[in-house]
Amino acid sequence: MLTKRIIPCFDVKNGRVVKNVSFLTNERDAGDPVELAAYYEEAGADELVLLDITASVEGRSTMMDIVRRTTDQVFIPFTVGGGISAMEDIREILKAGADKVSINTAAVKNPKLISEGAKRFGQQCIVVAIDGRYDRSKGDWEVLINGGRTGTGMSVIEWAKKVASLGAGEILLTSFDQDGQKDGYDVTLTRLVSEAVSIPVIASGGAGKKEHFYEVFTEGKADAALAASIFHFKETSVGEVKSYLKKKGVAIR
Amino acid sequence: MIAIVDYGVGNLRSVQKAFEKVGHEVIVTSSPQEVAAADGVLLPGVGAFGDAMFHLKQLGLLDSLKQSVKQGKPLLGICLGMQLLFSASEEHGHHIGLNLIAGNVKRFKGKFKIPQVGWNELVVKQPHPLLEGLNKNNYVYYVHSYVVDPADRSVIIASSDYYGEVPGVVAFKNVYGIQFHPEKSSSVGLRMLDNFGRMCKEGVRS
Repeated sequence: MLTKRIIPCFDVKNGRVVKNVSFLTNERDAGDPVELAAYYEEAGADELVLLDITASVEGRSTMMDIVRRTTDQVFIPFTVGGGISAMEDIREILKAGADKVSINTAAVKNPKLISEGAKRFGQQCIVVAIDGRYDRSKGDWEVLINGGRTGTGMSVIEWAKKVASLGAGEILLTSFDQDGQKDGYDVTLTRLVSEAVSIPVIASGGAGKKEHFYEVFTEGKADAALAASIFHFKETSVGEVKSYLKKKGVAIR
Repeated sequence: MIAIVDYGVGNLRSVQKAFEKVGHEVIVTSSPQEVAAADGVLLPGVGAFGDAMFHLKQLGLLDSLKQSVKQGKPLLGICLGMQLLFSASEEHGHHIGLNLIAGNVKRFKGKFKIPQVGWNELVVKQPHPLLEGLNKNNYVYYVHSYVVDPADRSVIIASSDYYGEVPGVVAFKNVYGIQFHPEKSSSVGLRMLDNFGRMCKEGVRS
C-alpha cells in the first residue's frame, strides 16, 4: 500500500538554513542545510523540501553547491523551490541533483513553464506550489503570489485543475491563513483540491501537533504533509508523528 | 567496474553517488566500448520510452547491451530503464523495447492518482541475490505512470500493491529490473545497489 509522506521543509539563504533549528546546535552545525538533510533522512523523513530564499547571484551558485552536496549524501527524494522563473532554472537545479523543482509565482505568470517543463524534464519533477487564502465574501480560496503579497483573483481549485491539466506532477498546497498558526492544516481546502485533481497533493501550513497530520491525511485526503518549525524546534519529531499515525491506522513507512 | 549508461536524458548523479556510497566503482558513459568492457551495466531511466530507445540506437548502444547480456554479465534497469528491458511499450504509441524479458509496458488505468508517487511496501516473493539482506517490511520510493506486464509472471521477484500488483523487481537470468528508485529509497535501496555491485564483481552467471 502506498504510504502517506511526511516532508520537513527548510529555508536556505546564502547557503545557510535561515530559521533557527534549535535542537541540533550542540552536535551538528544546524545552519548547514546538507547536515540537516542528512539528519532528517536518518530521522525517517520521506522526502525533503529546500526553499532557496536567496536574492543574489552569488547566493544562487552557493545553493547549487548545496544541492550537489545534498545529492552526494542524502538518499531520499528532495525538491528545491524558490526563485524559479525559467526553463534554464529548472534545468540547472535538476542537473545539480534535485529530484523535483517547485514553481509558484512564475507558474501563474507563465503557465507554459509547467507544460514545457513537464515535457522536457518529465511530469514527476514539476511540483506546482499554490498559496491560497480564504475569501469570506466569495466563500472561496484565492491564489496568492509573490510570497503571499499579491492576490490574483484566481480560485485555488480552478488553478489546481489547470496546473494538473498542464502536466504538473504534484501540487504543494499552502494555506496562507493557517501558515504559522500551529492550529492545524486547512483540511477543507486540502480535501477540495485533492478531490479536484488526479495528481498527489502535499498539504502545507499550520502543523502544530501530531493530530494535525492525522486530520489532513484522513479528512483532508492529502497524499503528503509538509512541516517546518514543528520539527525544527523539536515540538515533535518525524518518528513520533509517524508512530502516532501508524497506531491510528494510517499507512506510513 | 559498473557502467552507468548515459543516453542523453536525465540526471545520473544520484545513481552514481549511491553506488559510490556503498563502495562500488562506476563509470558514467555513452561509449559502446566502455559499456561492453564493464563487469556489469546499469541502465537508468528518465523521460519517455520512445525517446530513450531512439537515443540508445543512435549512440550505437543496443548491440553492446545485448552483447554484455549474452556474455552473462549482470544488467540492471531502473524505472524507465527496467521498462526498456521488455518487448514493447504503449507509451505515446507503440514502441519496441530491448526484448530481453518478454512482456509489455502498460499505463496505469483507473480512478486513482497517477503517477504513483511515494513510498510503497515491497514484498519479497522469491529469494534472490539482488534482495539479500532485505527485511520482511521494506519501503521503497516509486514515481511512475507505466507498469510492466511480464508474459511469465514468475520473473517478478518482489512487488508492491497499488490498485493491483505492481512488479517492483524482476529477474530473468542475468537481466534485472527495478521499477522504483533504489538511489532514492534510503538504506533499502542502497542495500540493493550494493548487492548488484557485488554481483557484478563476482561475475554472477546464470
